[in-house]
Amino acid sequence: MKKSYKIEVDCANCANKMEAAANKVKGVAEASVNFMTLKMTVKFEDGADAAEVMPEVLKACRKVESDCEIYF
Amino acid sequence: MSRKQKKVLIRIIAAAAFLIICYIVSYICELPKPAEAAMFLLPYLIIGYDILIKAGKGIINRQVFDENFLMAVATVGALLLGEYGEAAAVMLFYQTGELFQSIAVGKSRRSISALMDIRPDYANIEEDGKLVQVDPDEVEVGSIIIVKPGEKVPIDGIICGGSTTLDASALTGESLPFEAEPGDEIKSGSINLTGLIKIRTTKEFGESTVSKILELVENSTAKKSKSENFISRFARYYTPAVCYGAIALAVLGPVVRMLMGLAPEWGSWIMRALTFLVISCPCALVISIPLSFFAGIGGASSEGILIKGSSYLEKLSAARYVVFDKTGTITRGVFEVTGIHHNTLENEKLLEYAALAESGSNHPISQSLKAACKPSPDASRVSSIEEISGHGIKAVIDGKNVAVGNDRLMKLLNIDFISCHKPGTIVHIAIDGEYAGHILISDVIKSTSAKAIAELKKCGIKKTVMLTGDAEKAALPIAEEAGIDEVHAELLPEDKVKKVEELLSQKGDKEVLTFVGDGINDAPVLSRADIGIAMGGLGSDAAIEAADVVLMDDNPEKIAKAIKISRKCMRIVYQNIVFAIGIKLICLALGALGIANMWLAIFADVGVMVIAVLNAIRALRV
Repeated sequence: MKKSYKIEVDCANCANKMEAAANKVKGVAEASVNFMTLKMTVKFEDGADAAEVMPEVLKACRKVESDCEIYF
Repeated sequence: MSRKQKKVLIRIIAAAAFLIICYIVSYICELPKPAEAAMFLLPYLIIGYDILIKAGKGIINRQVFDENFLMAVATVGALLLGEYGEAAAVMLFYQTGELFQSIAVGKSRRSISALMDIRPDYANIEEDGKLVQVDPDEVEVGSIIIVKPGEKVPIDGIICGGSTTLDASALTGESLPFEAEPGDEIKSGSINLTGLIKIRTTKEFGESTVSKILELVENSTAKKSKSENFISRFARYYTPAVCYGAIALAVLGPVVRMLMGLAPEWGSWIMRALTFLVISCPCALVISIPLSFFAGIGGASSEGILIKGSSYLEKLSAARYVVFDKTGTITRGVFEVTGIHHNTLENEKLLEYAALAESGSNHPISQSLKAACKPSPDASRVSSIEEISGHGIKAVIDGKNVAVGNDRLMKLLNIDFISCHKPGTIVHIAIDGEYAGHILISDVIKSTSAKAIAELKKCGIKKTVMLTGDAEKAALPIAEEAGIDEVHAELLPEDKVKKVEELLSQKGDKEVLTFVGDGINDAPVLSRADIGIAMGGLGSDAAIEAADVVLMDDNPEKIAKAIKISRKCMRIVYQNIVFAIGIKLICLALGALGIANMWLAIFADVGVMVIAVLNAIRALRV
């Protein structure tokens, strides 16, 4: 399952860091952050529930970039 | 400017004003150190308080190489060393740079979305004699929608009332408007220029052309290029490396001096280390590369060229071989009457008989015969039609026995016929058992093909190849007219894949092979080639799926254009990589030697970013 989310982040490097952080979250098979379109595309692992995984993704991203936002 | 940006701007102006006042005051009168520090602390805090807070949060989350943290350490370090002015100035310039970047990025985001401003906001539906605006998503297939002059066509459909002129330039890049009348199929995203039209929708909004294009463009930057991955990897190592370098400088410098029996000069070495920290922010690099790609893809889409990802843009720039499918790519893919030979009657008369005999058939050949015969003759002249499968048609027209068909039909009826030496499909006609001549139907080359091939040669394509399932006799003249180097004819679809694989194995590692097809039956070849370009791909879902680049109209000249756009974009990407890394390394070297101060360091950070961003935006203009 693949889903795309709108995000808010100020700098390009922070977007890269968010991508790296999101990829480490359990249940995420692959995450890609596009700074230019301000979108995060997340491919979930089989059996993972997006509604459960996404709050974890946001938490991980907030750790590397405190004022980022993911709309899910 | 957003509210956030305005707030930062106000802070920048306030801090700059205070800073100037501070400098003037400290120049005029000799203040005691603590008073001077307190005075400079005011502009410093105005401009830098959020950075300090973020740095604090970063420490809690153990994000040591966070740029806020680095700026905080560098400026606090400068304050402790008594360089109050510099600390405030560095913070000020850093914020100015960030603001500029955020404005520039926002602006290019907007201008790219403006280029692709084809999203319709509403559809007009007639309810109780009144026009009502509804969400295009809610319109069901088969509904009648009304499009007024100046409005965008929201959903694909067929005109069922009114005629008009439409502008499809946002879809195809073709600036010439075209006429449309009842019965014509029109694509969403076109702009209605002159008359009010009614459209019977044939698709849902989500399946309409405009939605598919938007989806493709919006997801296009998800597939990252090698250059982008290189930069994010580089940034991951660069910042820590420079930070460790800074620590080494601060400790080793004085230690070495002490060993040499000189004064350690801790202050000066720590200042150099802090300079390092300012240069260590990777943002100029990290922003300019994806921005260049984004701008390149946006610029290309304004020309009707959809590139599905920056990695394809990168590959396209290295294109050296272009392989074409024949039908629909080099040729128009529609069959037309191109000759009438050995006829005993006038051309028009013969065509009329042929068209009448074929009037009941929907075969492409019949279609082209009927299309060539205008105005269409009165079908009541035909009294009987007998179709002989695989041969042709026997009909009675105006009381005469007319036979229309291929060689086999003539043989079956024992009529002597004359073969044609030209490529194409031959339709023989016999009237009352006497041979009356034949009509040649063939595919015609696009008027733009020859120019397109010449353009490709001009931009350094080594070889052009044409693949076709047609007979060599049909393929060679077309290849020659277009100026194609190599032709492989009589190929089955699986042979095309094999041929492409053969060509792939012959080329060099860094050379890219591009396959161009019209997307019909081409999907395996499109995905096998390094880059698959589908042409006029709007109609075919399979093409959009399989291709890496979709040309929205079927003009082959767009291939050279796409390659040129990709090359310009890659040039900008390389310029930015070399420039940004180069300046940073030079400043690091100067900083280590003590030649570069914090002012130069802040240029290496902010100045480089500004220049790189401005350069990146150039890719938007194609």
